[in-house]
Amino acid sequence: MTQVQTEKLQTLREAMQAARNDAHPESYLIGILHKVQEIFGYLPREMMDEVAQTLEIPTAHIWGVATFYHYFNLEPIGRYVVSVCMGTACYVKGAAGVLETLKKELGVEVGKTTSDGLFTLQEARCLGACGIAPVMMIGEKIYGQLDSKKTIDIINQYRKAAAEEKSAVGAEARRGKP
Amino acid sequence: MSDKQYKLTFCDGSGCLKNQAREFRRVFEEELQRQQLQQNVQMHLSGCLGMCGKGPILIVNPGYIMYGHLRLEDASEIVREHLVNGRPVSRLIIQEDHLYNRFFRIFGDSEFFGRQMRIALRNCGVIDPEKIDDYLAMRGYEALAKVLTEMTPQQVIEEVKKSGLRGRGGAGFPTGLKWEYTAKQSDPEKYVICNADEGDPGAFMDRSAIEGDPHTVLEGMIIGGYAIGSRQGIIYIRAEYPLAVQRLKKAIEDARREGFLGERILGTDFSFDIRICLGAGAFVCGEETALIYSIEGARGMPRPRPPYPSVSGLFGKPTLINNVETWANIPVIIIDGADWFSRIGTATSKGTKVFALAGKVRNTGLVETPMGTTLRDIVFGIGGGIPNGKKFKAVQTGGPSGGCLPEQYLDTQIDYESLAKAGSIMGSGGMIVIDEDSCMVRMARFFVEFTQDESCGKCTPCREGTKRMLEILTRITRGQGRPGDIEKLERLGTMIQKASLCGLGQSAPNPVLSTLRNFREEYEEHIHQKKCRSHECTALLTYVVQDNCVGCGACKRVCPVNAVSGNRKEKHTIDPKLCIKCGQCYDACKFNAIAKV
Repeated sequence: MTQVQTEKLQTLREAMQAARNDAHPESYLIGILHKVQEIFGYLPREMMDEVAQTLEIPTAHIWGVATFYHYFNLEPIGRYVVSVCMGTACYVKGAAGVLETLKKELGVEVGKTTSDGLFTLQEARCLGACGIAPVMMIGEKIYGQLDSKKTIDIINQYRKAAAEEKSAVGAEARRGKP
Repeated sequence: MSDKQYKLTFCDGSGCLKNQAREFRRVFEEELQRQQLQQNVQMHLSGCLGMCGKGPILIVNPGYIMYGHLRLEDASEIVREHLVNGRPVSRLIIQEDHLYNRFFRIFGDSEFFGRQMRIALRNCGVIDPEKIDDYLAMRGYEALAKVLTEMTPQQVIEEVKKSGLRGRGGAGFPTGLKWEYTAKQSDPEKYVICNADEGDPGAFMDRSAIEGDPHTVLEGMIIGGYAIGSRQGIIYIRAEYPLAVQRLKKAIEDARREGFLGERILGTDFSFDIRICLGAGAFVCGEETALIYSIEGARGMPRPRPPYPSVSGLFGKPTLINNVETWANIPVIIIDGADWFSRIGTATSKGTKVFALAGKVRNTGLVETPMGTTLRDIVFGIGGGIPNGKKFKAVQTGGPSGGCLPEQYLDTQIDYESLAKAGSIMGSGGMIVIDEDSCMVRMARFFVEFTQDESCGKCTPCREGTKRMLEILTRITRGQGRPGDIEKLERLGTMIQKASLCGLGQSAPNPVLSTLRNFREEYEEHIHQKKCRSHECTALLTYVVQDNCVGCGACKRVCPVNAVSGNRKEKHTIDPKLCIKCGQCYDACKFNAIAKV
């Protein structure tokens, strides 16, 4: 196990400790699953087992819960999660068009991740930003009043940022060589 | 903005002067000097305010707190309590100064806000939601102090009952009765829950209320805890609302630090604490029994009631569940009184309701109006009507559990009963305006797709029934509707309503049944004439080049299937057999020469 993974596991264990001290540890299960997803980006199978053992809840029950709620990802996700709001206000203002644009632009279906691992496309239930419909959320940032051009521009900004970061890291690595 | 902390305005009209206004001001200034506060305040004189019967009058800002009937000995109390400790002296505040007035005074000039009456949202936009001092300046936690020092739990329940407040989550159950039932249970372990699992697509009242004024929700819950005899509160909130969660966390920490939460609140024997539970994206968890299962760490699947949560709820204990907006009303009812509150609204529905106004309307946003306001007032008055010269078609209330109301219902006065009578529901407050560009069959299909996906799968009528309804609706929008489909939808819908266990299933067919009632002709056109009058169903439309085509060739260049033909500077044509109806030619044409028929 790498250093990073050990640290991640440690953070999770600390979070679970608080739950174990409560009179109703099972009532922290969904909170802990959120924590797992926050740390690992999705719910890896091994971590489910870890939670099951620590909280003394059957793994089958945990999987039942994890699959019931839309918010949990059971597969690794891309660096940026693009969620298109499918709420009523967005629907009326053309969310379907935004989703089509993204499918074409990213070349993936809903729920899938681009081959470069950069974007995961998702549909969201209402994001509660109905006043500026149609909207999408990338990470925790909301973009409103979208049309197809604006949508593509935003995606390109993220691509550019990722590329610049990559070349900066590359340059650093090259400089580091003797 | 001045750097002074407080701005004081003394009325210097002749009415106040007769009542020793200047002497009061002198004593007040001496007191400021004694407390060495001169640097913190800015003093102004005003001409006659016109409230001469209540003079002398002093207004303290921020907060527009208006003191009246002031006597010389009151000066030191106001300086000490209000200016030093940040606690306005309630016994001296002019009682007509209702909490909701602050908002109106600040934003009343704008037409959008001026027509509203904000009780639940009274502090949103007025205070900094992350500063507990701002909330205190708005007489925050004063209701809690009043309840703990002057009222018995039974009196609190009586006051809430008398106010006529009904559950703002949608069902409209009388709040006071719910409190009473829970209070009656003898179990010493009880829970208070705030339902902030705002799942209705198109609704954002609770998100904004929490983001704008988290403390009022906490204060309402603490009062509820005192009334029913509970020590523990839980806020169940959607994970999709990170900012609201963050503000709640901060508010809970601050309230604990100031002694409004935790052991022995405000020095009394009452102890109460609140924790946050995150939802995880399941619409059905807004249903109270499902929500309780979710907090218990299980799949959120509703169970039959009774027993109601007031008898057996979280961990099998008596539990009081109210929605965010309901909680936000409680402090106002306690401070301004049930008598005042029950004067607002209609015979059966008291107070105000917050709506999330969105869709095809000029002013989208949050609207809080007294019960009894008409739909027309909201859509065309506050909302400013339909943009782009389009025609109004319907207003959808109650989200996936509600219905679409056409023009003839616009003068319906909004309350729980009249909306139900019109064939929709109050719901939690989503209000979507639909114009002529939207197809009502697709609208119905949109909601059924939502409920079908969100059905927890426990009851067959809901799980299978909504699936069959969705299939039929999908066929109709694709131009494959068959005679008898309408009757089949009606039969299925009625069956699902009657045979489902929880509110989700019982209300899932509402969008279909209400559009069938009010827009039946659109369904018939789709099925029999294969036409969609709003041209939204692409399978039912044809793109046709009209005579004003200049032959620029823009459409020909963008067509991905080479369905457009024609020579330059001559009228082009679209081959309907090749056309895949992607609409790119329509968007590309600068001369509006392509029509949808």
